[in-house]
Amino acid sequence: MNSTKSNTLALRSCEDIVHVRQTVRTWMVEQRFTLVDQTKMVTATSELARNAVDYAGGGTAQLELLEESGRIGIRVLIEDHGPGIANIEQAMTDGFTSGQGMGLGLGGSKRLVDDFEIWSEPGKGTRVSITRWK
Amino acid sequence: MTTTTPNRIADVLTRHEQPILEDWLREQLAALSARQDLISEADLRRQSTEFLALFTPACRMGNLTDITTPEWKPGCDFLGDVSRSRAIQGFSPSETATFVFSLKQPLFTRLRQELGTDATALAEEMWSATVLLDKLGLYTTEVYQKTREEVIKRQQTDMLELSTPVVKLWDGIIALPLIGTLDSGRTNVMMNTLLQNIVATGSSIAIVDITGVPTVDTLVAQYLLKTVYAARLMGAECIISGIRPQIAQTMVHLGVEFGNVVTKSTLADALSYAFRQIGCTVTKPAQRA
Repeated sequence: MNSTKSNTLALRSCEDIVHVRQTVRTWMVEQRFTLVDQTKMVTATSELARNAVDYAGGGTAQLELLEESGRIGIRVLIEDHGPGIANIEQAMTDGFTSGQGMGLGLGGSKRLVDDFEIWSEPGKGTRVSITRWK
Repeated sequence: MTTTTPNRIADVLTRHEQPILEDWLREQLAALSARQDLISEADLRRQSTEFLALFTPACRMGNLTDITTPEWKPGCDFLGDVSRSRAIQGFSPSETATFVFSLKQPLFTRLRQELGTDATALAEEMWSATVLLDKLGLYTTEVYQKTREEVIKRQQTDMLELSTPVVKLWDGIIALPLIGTLDSGRTNVMMNTLLQNIVATGSSIAIVDITGVPTVDTLVAQYLLKTVYAARLMGAECIISGIRPQIAQTMVHLGVEFGNVVTKSTLADALSYAFRQIGCTVTKPAQRA
């Protein structure tokens, strides 16, 4: 798997979430992903980016353009150094939220993308990687 | 006998006022050669003359290190006005700061002429003049930045108001076409305008159209649902229209349920549903033979 392009963006505020979303959208338009794929990936990115801003006080989003045996994919890695998630299984359950949201963000994002990986350690932070293949 | 440090700069400024002004103007015109559409030479001359007239007496007061003291106030106020007007005219921050920085060369040249033989005094004077002009130059950048921030803030507020027009479609039917990104600030404004308009127009049906909203994530969905429930509490029915295919698929995967909220794919569908609800029928005029 080759990474052909990479860009790291800061996530501190609502405006940054919009910026990351727009960048993901632009990359996907460039690679001619379908409108449905674009919307799904952008929405998943939005959910995870918002988690980082709302629950961890900010973080970074690393965008990567991937190429694997002729297939093109876009990966977004959202990383924060917030409180972390003690019980990932519980956090992934629909309807569970530790804040004010709907509790669909994590589980929902997983369903919107092809590959979903999450690492978290309480007190250290959370990393979520999502990939959508064309 | 040595004169006190600051007065030498003031003396040079007084004695060579005219040549310094001319040199300074030439420097500024060279730096701004491409921007003569934004400011005329006459205006530049007026601003420069006026600044020198405030700068020289302030130097004479003897304090060249702290520009926050009262004797520098007129000069700083004047620079503030210049920066503000340049920020609004569309100058870049460096072009704005050039106004002050380009005074260095003419001033240094005259200082060198006056103090040429006294290297220690010359170094001292140059140093204090540099420190002073740097501070004034940075001050113009600060004012410039602040002015731009004010402009952006004002535009944001303008956008907030622009982006939430509630339109009346029919007696008892209002619509709120949403365009752009929904963040918490905008959504609150939107919800307020919609609810107030329901009361003001006595409408029983409100249509929220999200055709122009590029991304609908769980936060946006939550805002929409809250608006629908609030409208319902006020006795109005709220319809969400403009759900495009890609948004519908995304909502399904996210697991967002709109429950018993009426949703339509287009504003036209929503309107025809609304007509049925209030008992209106739309008929095409009979074809003329």
